[in-house]
Amino acid sequence: MAFLELINIHKSFGASVAVENFNLAVERGEFVSFLGPSGCGKTTTLRMIAGFEKPTAGRIIIDGVDVTDTPPNRRNIGMVFQSYALFPNMTVADNIGFGLKIARRPASEIRARVEELLRIIHMSEFGRRYPYQLSGGQQQRVALARALAIQPKLLLLDEPLSALDAKIRASLRQEIREIQRQLGITTIYVTHDQEEAMALSDRIVVMSRGRIEQIGTPFEVYNFPATRFVASFVGTLNLIQATVVDAAIGLVTVEGQLVRVARPLTQHRSGDAISLAIRPELIALNGQVNGEVNRLSGTVEDVTFLGSIVRVRLGLASNKLHFDLFNNPQLRPPQPGSSITVQFAPEACLVLGEEAASAHPISASAAQAA
Amino acid sequence: MAPLTRTETSQPGIERRAFSWTWLGVAPFFLFVAAFLIWPTLSIIGQSFLDQERRLTLRNILELGRPFIVSSYVYSLQLSAVTAIGGGILGGLLAYAITIGGLPRPLRDAVLSFSGVASNFAGVPLAFAFIATLGQLGVVTQWLRAVGISLYPAFSLYSFWGLSIVYIYFQIPLMVLIMAPAFEGMRREWREAAESLGATSWHYWRYVGLPILLPSILGTMVLLFGNAFGAHATAFQLTGGGSQGNVVTILIGAQISSDALANPGLGNALALGMIVIMGVCIGLYTWLQRLSARWLRS
Amino acid sequence: MLKRFWSWFWFIVGATYFLVPLYATFDFSLRARRGELSFAAYANVLNDIKFVESFWFSFQTALATIVISALVIVPTAYWVQLRLPRLRPVIEFFTLLPFVVPAVVLVFSLARTYSRTPLTDSREGLWVLLVGSYVILSFPYMYRAVDTGLRAINIHDLTEAAQSLGAGWFTILAQVIFPNVYTALLSGAFITFAIVMGEFTIAALLAQPAFGPYMNRLASSRVYEPSALAIISFALTWAAIAAIQRIGQGAQARVAGPR
Repeated sequence: MAFLELINIHKSFGASVAVENFNLAVERGEFVSFLGPSGCGKTTTLRMIAGFEKPTAGRIIIDGVDVTDTPPNRRNIGMVFQSYALFPNMTVADNIGFGLKIARRPASEIRARVEELLRIIHMSEFGRRYPYQLSGGQQQRVALARALAIQPKLLLLDEPLSALDAKIRASLRQEIREIQRQLGITTIYVTHDQEEAMALSDRIVVMSRGRIEQIGTPFEVYNFPATRFVASFVGTLNLIQATVVDAAIGLVTVEGQLVRVARPLTQHRSGDAISLAIRPELIALNGQVNGEVNRLSGTVEDVTFLGSIVRVRLGLASNKLHFDLFNNPQLRPPQPGSSITVQFAPEACLVLGEEAASAHPISASAAQAA
Repeated sequence: MAPLTRTETSQPGIERRAFSWTWLGVAPFFLFVAAFLIWPTLSIIGQSFLDQERRLTLRNILELGRPFIVSSYVYSLQLSAVTAIGGGILGGLLAYAITIGGLPRPLRDAVLSFSGVASNFAGVPLAFAFIATLGQLGVVTQWLRAVGISLYPAFSLYSFWGLSIVYIYFQIPLMVLIMAPAFEGMRREWREAAESLGATSWHYWRYVGLPILLPSILGTMVLLFGNAFGAHATAFQLTGGGSQGNVVTILIGAQISSDALANPGLGNALALGMIVIMGVCIGLYTWLQRLSARWLRS
Repeated sequence: MLKRFWSWFWFIVGATYFLVPLYATFDFSLRARRGELSFAAYANVLNDIKFVESFWFSFQTALATIVISALVIVPTAYWVQLRLPRLRPVIEFFTLLPFVVPAVVLVFSLARTYSRTPLTDSREGLWVLLVGSYVILSFPYMYRAVDTGLRAINIHDLTEAAQSLGAGWFTILAQVIFPNVYTALLSGAFITFAIVMGEFTIAALLAQPAFGPYMNRLASSRVYEPSALAIISFALTWAAIAAIQRIGQGAQARVAGPR
């Protein structure tokens, strides 16, 4: 049986539905992220696990115990907030020891545990400081230590890195992952940052409008998005308008150029308009890949130097195609205005459903790709 | 390049002007304050150390030890302390109720608006209002008489407790106005963090909520203390302004029209004592405010 | 829920404390005629020539106070923000001083310091002292309101824009800064108005024919009229505060009111 089980969770605030039909099983020691745009219900779900919100319907089971009606202070859950939420009137050491003090543990034990945690977060020197004397990143590490001090069954993190600047975000992300591995604590991590979710998680739960779109490993979610939303929200993506030529063998045409898709298009008939989704990194300049490939020709419209990669925008008649080249000082990147041909494997093409053909989300994700 | 050029050419001009003209911009303010506040106050403070022949002396200060002056100060201090604590507790609880106590939002707005008015509704009309309420012929006095409780002669609006009840009327709203934002500044995450660490509501208030609010609460009570200590009109209206057995402000006021103490130096010393106490109040208040501002900065 | 219960409890206690005296005063003010409720007390007050005179006197005094206070405070707050930010704590300290030196001590000091000068020997001189004290009392409200108002606009850019168009300091203050802090100024003005109209201590001790001393004297000769006056005075304060809230600057009542 899974360590944490969310069964048929529903939550509505008055008439508006925040979360519906949420089912999830998390194994002991697993690191699971809730990923989605703001307002998708991820934080609400986390707050239900913590006990700050009560589900309208459904059960929450932790370690075999139904805690749906248990108040937050009896759930033994560690929580880290976006705004740190350190108690401003207490020193770092008092903050970390707070949960143990409430539990009436002996002072010597509290002291030892606090010192141990300060060591884990590399802040042994800071025990006597007050929160206002710390930087944001330090405060968040203390908040993490405070949550871990009570040896919680579950660690919940609500966008813990959102308030920090980019460099600290990356290093603290690493630190969180290491501490989590070291302690083997079951962790739920809420974020709107797909890169963060992929770097940290064993599994990602992608959410949109209160519903689960997909549950899977970062690899699965990125490479095999289950829905159109997942495809466009996770990573950047090319969306190309195509017309089905032969559904049975997966042959389509993009502005008159034939493209083969790896699977038969069972849900489509010849002449249907469909959207093809291709990751920019799966497209290469012509001649670099062997085996059966698709080719598309067009005019280079724009070249953006991004450091380790160079992103090229290729214009077909009406479609735009972004693709990435690795930076190489010895090679001249394609020049705007020149005509080139690119290639990609049939396996690189994802076929999105017909509802995907609606114009609005395509332009949105094209903008994202740019 | 443009900013550099500008710095080179125009900066010295500004600086040259800074020496001669910049300070002139605030001269009217300082002249006004000097003429109507600083100079008179300093001269009173200075004169309280001078005798009638303008020689340095401590006699005036020592004479503050006269029994009726001491009793007047004690009376004022007690009145201020009682109304600061009473008004502070009632006002604090009211501020809690309307902010994070779960009452409907319109009530909060109504109470805050009313407090804005009530904290400025004091002095003579406030005294009238309480005479109409709890005076011999007051409406509440009559109600109570109708149900068999007679306030008089045991109670008097002009007594210590009568005066306290009236003062608290303007103390509560001041407390509400200052504490409501402080309560609203309590972050929901603090409570949730405490709860997730196992704290009950009592634990939260004992270790987190009250300690965070304490500097604000104490600071505001100090402010209320000073507020009551400096009050004159309300007490004057209620007590008629006799100089015996009364608040210090009335004792000082009586020195203006006639030198009731037959010693101008002593009058000055009386004012000095008041300034010192008010200065201590404002100093304490400022210190407590800094303390809480420092905590809440991050 | 227990928390909700206590919130309601303290709200009701507070509301009772606030409202019963007001109700009682109103009730009392209607009993001027034996055996019936009437507005006779109000009529008596409003028909009293002394009421009109003293009210008009205080009204003029309040206007003078507001104008002088604005003329002093706006350039000061502007200048401090533009050129002398270091001076801000000093100014704030001085605007706190009216609390340290309560009205009664202030008027005592003024009367003693300027005794046997034209300021205390003539009616006009005493009026100058009165307005001067009121301006001092108004500083905390006015400075805070104007300072907040100035922070809301970018005075550096506005000043430089005006300068680049050839405006002098007077023009900048009169045509750029004043209009932009107008609402902030108004909220400070209304609270000053409310304070001056009800002020008793300074006016009485300087023997001025103001509204506060008039109310005080009325109490010794009449029974019901003072209640009517209290209601009128409360309504006046309410109107001033409502005007501030309508303006939306939210300047709150602070210390140094007419206690």
